[in-house]
Amino acid sequence: MQYKWLEISVGLFVSVAIAALFFLALQVSNFSSFQDKGSYTVIAHFENIGGLKEKALVSMAGVPIGRVSSIRFDTENYDALVNIRIDAQYNNLPTDTSASILTAGLLGDKYIGLTPGGLDENLQEGDTIELTQSALVLERLISQFLFNSSDKDD
Amino acid sequence: MIIFFQHIGQACLKSIEKLGRASLFFIAIISSIGYVLLRPNLLIKQLFSVGVLTFWLIAISGLFVGMVLGLQGVYTLSTFGAESSLGIMVAASLVRELGPVVGALLFAGRAGSALTAEIGLMKATEQLSGMEMMAIDPLKYIIAPRFFAGFISLPLLVAIFSAMGIIGGYLAGVELLHVDSGAYWSQMQASIDFDADIVNGMIKSIIFAWLVSWIALFEGYDAVPTSAGISRATTRTVVNSSFAILIFDFLLTALMFGVA
Amino acid sequence: MISIRNLTFSRGNRKIFDNISMQIMPHKITAIMGPSGTGKTTLLKLIGGQLKPDSGTILVNDQEIHQLSRRALYELRKKMGMLFQSGALLSDMSVYDNIAFPIREHTKLTKSMIRTVVLMKLNAVGLRGARDLMPSELSGGMARRIAMARALALDPEMILYDEPFTGQDPISLAVLVKLIKTLNQTLHLTSIVVSHDVEETASIADYIYLMSEGKIVGQGSPEELTQSDSEWVQQFMQGQADGPVPFHYPADDFSEELFAL
Ligand SMILES: Nc1ncnc2c1ncn2[C@@H]1O[C@H](COP(=O)(O)OP(=O)(O)O)[C@@H](O)[C@H]1O
Ligand SMILES: [Mg+2]
Repeated sequence: MQYKWLEISVGLFVSVAIAALFFLALQVSNFSSFQDKGSYTVIAHFENIGGLKEKALVSMAGVPIGRVSSIRFDTENYDALVNIRIDAQYNNLPTDTSASILTAGLLGDKYIGLTPGGLDENLQEGDTIELTQSALVLERLISQFLFNSSDKDD
Repeated sequence: MIIFFQHIGQACLKSIEKLGRASLFFIAIISSIGYVLLRPNLLIKQLFSVGVLTFWLIAISGLFVGMVLGLQGVYTLSTFGAESSLGIMVAASLVRELGPVVGALLFAGRAGSALTAEIGLMKATEQLSGMEMMAIDPLKYIIAPRFFAGFISLPLLVAIFSAMGIIGGYLAGVELLHVDSGAYWSQMQASIDFDADIVNGMIKSIIFAWLVSWIALFEGYDAVPTSAGISRATTRTVVNSSFAILIFDFLLTALMFGVA
Repeated sequence: MISIRNLTFSRGNRKIFDNISMQIMPHKITAIMGPSGTGKTTLLKLIGGQLKPDSGTILVNDQEIHQLSRRALYELRKKMGMLFQSGALLSDMSVYDNIAFPIREHTKLTKSMIRTVVLMKLNAVGLRGARDLMPSELSGGMARRIAMARALALDPEMILYDEPFTGQDPISLAVLVKLIKTLNQTLHLTSIVVSHDVEETASIADYIYLMSEGKIVGQGSPEELTQSDSEWVQQFMQGQADGPVPFHYPADDFSEELFAL
């Protein structure tokens, strides 16, 4: 009787702990978005990625549809080569989709926003997104603004 | 002056010798794993006294630590207008640091000290010797099940601590101070990485579990078998475990989240 | 059955045993007596293989105990029961489980057979009714009898008693004395009783070794010892405060020390 109670309480304890682990995995972290039910990877070249990091979100219309899987420096074109992993369920993105690096909020994380194009063909595994827009770099923005305004003065 | 250096030398030799004995002790425990697996009732009994009896302490502490994080987080973040990041702040600090570290410190205070006192008292009352004379190895029968119970319990308790803390942060931040509930969870999910954060936190808790169980049992087994000796051993368990936890936390954090 | 040859053992700088030899006769009660701190408990631990001598040998059943492998030592210990000074009952088990414990660990007896054995052992020490108590609920005398039952659990060939009479009321004392005697006779045990209680020990022992400061200072049957003309033996056997063993721990002259300031 006493030993039975012992077993029950240990069983409860372990179950609660496993529930807590599930809570941490599913409710707290990105574990659920990790178990991709398949995905495909497309490539995008950016002139400047700003502060984009691996595993950054990739979204379309504000909805996350994938993640940045790797970022490399392309020694041929002297630009950044970004691999984007997109969930397999979003397999009907037009080939002329454009990608831009955006910022969540004023100081938030960088993410990639995709904007759909109009062609009928869809992006496949290994395709390249041709239309890209680099991250806004504050210094460059300011110098551009100064340059333009001095142009007008002339 | 020479005597001073001599004392330092002696102290060093003593601690090296103690570390050696502790290592042999640990090896003996590990090689008893088969014995423990064949006697699950021993393990269950210890899981009860080491794990279940620490449950409420951990759950309630976790809840309140999370609530404090929620309050402080809102006050600090609102100066930047970034209350929506509260979930990230609460979850990241709990899962990466506070869960494993505070959980392990509480565990050392509650379960570790109890283990040391129990083993020390068993030694003082000749229960360990008695067992040896009955041809039963106390390392296998007494020490090993307690070690594995501690080793299993702490990671579970840390998971409970973190989960309760995140719920506590929710209660304080969302229910009390009206941070947006959707932002709390979604920002958290977007930023907390399963591999980098949750798994690393769990690895920390496993290493702390090994440290605390090992220290507590060895101090008990090595205690001078008198009341003064046991009380000193119990103190040493709490002090040494705390140092070990904090030092290893630094090393592990540097290793996992990078120094560069 | 047990023979100790030229045993020397030290704790730190202090020689607890200085080249002693003893012969323990089979199926008899051998008493080892001496003042507290002579190393009686230490001697039992040496015989049980828990401590290693500096030099000399201890033969148990013709096996040199400190040369045995761990496995062989554990096998031998199953034939040895030891009654610790404190009883050393496991405090987290009931009386019944304490006695069943070595049987469960070392034999494959069924539950009901274990029950029979345990109840027999408990009956032998007269405490069958106490089987559901916890060790913390036992009086000192009861705890010692339970420990005795446990020491007998594996039907050992020899049994070592560490100060079985210390701190017992007269009735428990009489019970314990009688138990040691009858167990020895009915089970044909080889018994070693370590004690400093002269009267009780002398009443049951077949042979007595008297120890002091690492040496054997007297040996013989109880009758021989009471008739010994060694002053030390007489002082110990009759319990006199002063004699060859001085009442005072070595110190400076008292009157000098009093007026030293
Ligand atoms: N673990 C130990 N470490 C150091 N000295 C010890 C230890 N155990 C016993 N001693 C010393 O050894 C001597 C003999 O002890 P013991 O065998 O317990 O004596 P007895 O049982 O005859 O009273 C005592 O002087 C005691 O102080
Ligand atoms: Mg003694």
